[in-house]
Amino acid sequence: MTTLTELQQQRQSAMTIYARATAVELSDALERLGTPESVEDMRPPELGLVMARARMGGTGAPFNAGEVSVTRAAVRLPGGEIGVAYQLGRDKMKARSAALLDALWQTARRREVEAALDPIRARIADERILKERRAAATRVDFFTMVRGEDQ
Amino acid sequence: MYVAVKGGEAAIANAHRLLDHERRGDPSVPELSIAQIREQMTLLVDRVMTEGSLYDPDLAALALKQARGDIIEAVFLVRAFRTTLPRFGYSQPMDTDAMFAMRRISAIYKDLPGGQVLGPTFDYTHRLIDFNLAANGEPPTPKESDSALAGMPHVTGLLDQEGLIEREPGAEEGSPVGDLTRDPLDFPAGRDLRLQALARGDEGFILALGYSTQRGFGRTHPFTGEIRVGEVEIEYVPEELGFAVLLGDVVLTECEMINQFKGSASAPPQFTRGYGLAFGRGERKAMAMALVDRALRARELGEDIKAPAQDEEFVLAHCDNLQSTGFVEHLKLPHYVDFQAELELVRRMRAAHAENRMDDEALEAAE
Repeated sequence: MTTLTELQQQRQSAMTIYARATAVELSDALERLGTPESVEDMRPPELGLVMARARMGGTGAPFNAGEVSVTRAAVRLPGGEIGVAYQLGRDKMKARSAALLDALWQTARRREVEAALDPIRARIADERILKERRAAATRVDFFTMVRGEDQ
Repeated sequence: MYVAVKGGEAAIANAHRLLDHERRGDPSVPELSIAQIREQMTLLVDRVMTEGSLYDPDLAALALKQARGDIIEAVFLVRAFRTTLPRFGYSQPMDTDAMFAMRRISAIYKDLPGGQVLGPTFDYTHRLIDFNLAANGEPPTPKESDSALAGMPHVTGLLDQEGLIEREPGAEEGSPVGDLTRDPLDFPAGRDLRLQALARGDEGFILALGYSTQRGFGRTHPFTGEIRVGEVEIEYVPEELGFAVLLGDVVLTECEMINQFKGSASAPPQFTRGYGLAFGRGERKAMAMALVDRALRARELGEDIKAPAQDEEFVLAHCDNLQSTGFVEHLKLPHYVDFQAELELVRRMRAAHAENRMDDEALEAAE
């Protein structure tokens, strides 16, 4: 794949947050930002499938492992910015919110959008840390038993 | 003469209405919500996703509710649903090496990078019924470790560094990947198609076949190199963007079996591999799949094909529980005319048989 520009990377990273956010988190963020007027639904939220690929042995040639349900949406702002969302699941409202945020992110209001994502980022990070710590508590610490015969 | 017979519409409608009623059970017992099924019958939901070949926990939970908990009926509903949806495309290959693991164990190395992490497992439980669960008590909060998890490279990678295990051949970028939801399965099938079929195959069938290889029907001398369960990122490149976007995280279970050797005049002996992958937490399925994947590589590895688990047509043509149930269960549909024909045939045969006997007896009497 071609290398992405820095701007594309930043947009990609924001889209990662939309995917991991809850529908409520996204609609709250939009509410705080103020939903722009006269948004055009270029592609009204649509439900479909993506075939998930995995690799043989984890690292080898790809194979088709099974499908995932995906909702996509695209919106256009009056300024011409096009927001796009592709997300796991069947939540149409959430996909449209993500597309709206993606569009707003491309306007002069990028900083505001990024700020609105910060609490979501923090929540995701906290949950991950908790999950990881709980898993880590189940890590096996081996110890060697010294048998008594020679003592 | 063919006489078309119609009827049964009212009976069918009433039967479905009765089914809806029976599904609800005793109305004095609170109704199950989809969220309850999704959160508390997790492994059942995971199995329906795996065999339905569609990752969507809420949909699988709903299908299970509708199917009164019948797995294959739920799989049927999920598969039927997916046929109504457009296919946007194929994901980027998922990177299980970067899995955010909640469980990772190896049966071949005690000490390995990342360690043995048991996670939420039934292993080492005593399998005693816990009557506390009937009393609806809340479980204690899980323990937390102060330290984070270390990176968990694939165990097979460690063997690979020494050249002790066969390397998984990569593929040229853009080379075709078989998809049995697009083209009917043809034999001999490539490993891509075999893995796809096994991944959506019936857990019971694959388990029995895997077990058969352990009992000597196509023995492969397996070790569990590694089992890992956790969240994996799934990415997709929309045409309109031209770069990969995260669709979300899916829970996967992966099993790598390490099997006995293969070598040749030119190549020194090496361990061989079998691979299993399931949606959600499907450890038994992933392990059994890895055994059967390895058994089905018999042709490629120059082994004699003698056992059912090595016969790809036998395995792949019968591992799909929806196909199996379709053909078995169609037998209960009306076969009145077919049976009428059989009845007439057997009556004619009996008449001929009786006539022959009378002739024979007459002949004997005459002698």
